[in-house]
Amino acid sequence: MTAALSVDRLEVVFDRFRALKGVSLEVESGESFGLVGESGSGKSTLLRAIAGLAPAASGTIAVNGKTLGVRRDKAFYREVQMVFQDPYGSLHPRQTVDRLLQEPLAIHGFADGEKRIQRALDEVGLGTGFRFRYSHQLSGGQRQRVAIARALILEPSILLLDEPTSALDASVQAEVLNLLEEIRRRRKLTFLMVSHDLAIITHMCERLMVMQNGEAMENLTADDLVERRVTKDYTRNLLRASEGFVRT
Amino acid sequence: MSTLLEVNDLRVTFPTRTGLIEAVRGVSFSLGRERLGIVGESGSGKSQTGRAIMGVTPPQAEVTAKTLAFDGIDLLAASPRERRALRGKRIAMILQDPKYSLDPVMSIGRQIVETLRTHEKVSKAEARDRALAMLEAVQIRDPARVFDLHPHEVSGGMGQRAMIAMMLIAGPEMMIADEPTSALDVTVQLDVLGILDRLVSERGMGLIFISHDLRLVSSFCDRVIVMYAGKVVEQLKASELGRAQHPYTRGLLNCMPKIGADRHPLPVLDRKPEWAA
Repeated sequence: MTAALSVDRLEVVFDRFRALKGVSLEVESGESFGLVGESGSGKSTLLRAIAGLAPAASGTIAVNGKTLGVRRDKAFYREVQMVFQDPYGSLHPRQTVDRLLQEPLAIHGFADGEKRIQRALDEVGLGTGFRFRYSHQLSGGQRQRVAIARALILEPSILLLDEPTSALDASVQAEVLNLLEEIRRRRKLTFLMVSHDLAIITHMCERLMVMQNGEAMENLTADDLVERRVTKDYTRNLLRASEGFVRT
Repeated sequence: MSTLLEVNDLRVTFPTRTGLIEAVRGVSFSLGRERLGIVGESGSGKSQTGRAIMGVTPPQAEVTAKTLAFDGIDLLAASPRERRALRGKRIAMILQDPKYSLDPVMSIGRQIVETLRTHEKVSKAEARDRALAMLEAVQIRDPARVFDLHPHEVSGGMGQRAMIAMMLIAGPEMMIADEPTSALDVTVQLDVLGILDRLVSERGMGLIFISHDLRLVSSFCDRVIVMYAGKVVEQLKASELGRAQHPYTRGLLNCMPKIGADRHPLPVLDRKPEWAA
């Protein structure tokens, strides 16, 4: 079986700054894979490079065994969709939810738009009452649901999630995480998820990669983290930080 | 324990096109020389509570209270001039994101010196020395270099340390920290909290720590106030958080993913209308 997503020695360079230094990664079909690290570690850059939003200087990215070129074709975006961190920035402020969801359908020439929009909204638990609202009339959690609906409407097999809940309140975060898990189970999706929060990654993913300064520090399974089977000090620091403040 | 701040029935009301919005609806608490956490979700009124105490509520909003007294001074009756003298000198505030709350066109050192010289008569040379000492106290390794840097030239963690230095230089008795570490990386977060913790206890200040992160607050503060829809739903000792009574507090604690706890799906908050009543 070929991996759903495989990244081999990927380098991303911005003006001589090496944001990614030869990172490799394999995600099996149906798997949920996490990327953890602090800001500047390159975790978001890796996700953006896969989506074609950051230029790859060298290395290869393959989806379902097919190596990608510099320009992504339409078929790629039907397979791979992305959900961004900030639900306030990633929805067009002057488009209704309906218009937002029609955009990908129009680009890919789907005829049954009506049905798909309704189904997508139902699937993320919004219902059609939200269809003709503008994004400023929605709460943060509702916006993120719209962003998820937009990603799902083309029925992709791989979802790239860039800190999908870090802008949300804890209780709303739980709802969105539950929604993502349920969708993954129902549609047998492959997730590649970025977060700075180890607890979220161990909750959502089976395997994960810890990144620092554009390099992969270590590859772990969620069970390794739970059992504290980590080898790098950096990961240990992250683990300690996730336990809250300890007075010395 | 002497009371530093007394808040009784604090209300903050915003006029909008569709009527009055009460962001804070009758909040009461008192603060001694201790660490008090205020926790709640967005829109719970926690930040507006902090702003009303500091006196930086937007001008269109109305602040009322039966008592709002700092060290015996009635803050609502105080003139703008008196409040200005308090702000920065005796009450200080740390905001969330150093990127937005530091002056982008002023070097970090000048901003710290400005605070000091506004409140104390000191020579320029002395002010500089004290600013450098303060930068050192917040564990900035090369204070002389950072003194001349502008906010965009430093990292988020460093910016937040500079902000703490700026707030502490006039020696305030009370500090309001509004999400001081939410914009920082988890590992940096702990460093900044450690610095804050040490300085607050060394100087015997009262601290109001406003945050959405219940777990962080409970590990940092002595006492926690939980707010929901502009009201205090529960007040408890941080050490007794596990024994919280209110379903909202318990729900908030419960809905966070934990390492090692295998709960699928996560429990979600079932909001009851009577919580907001």
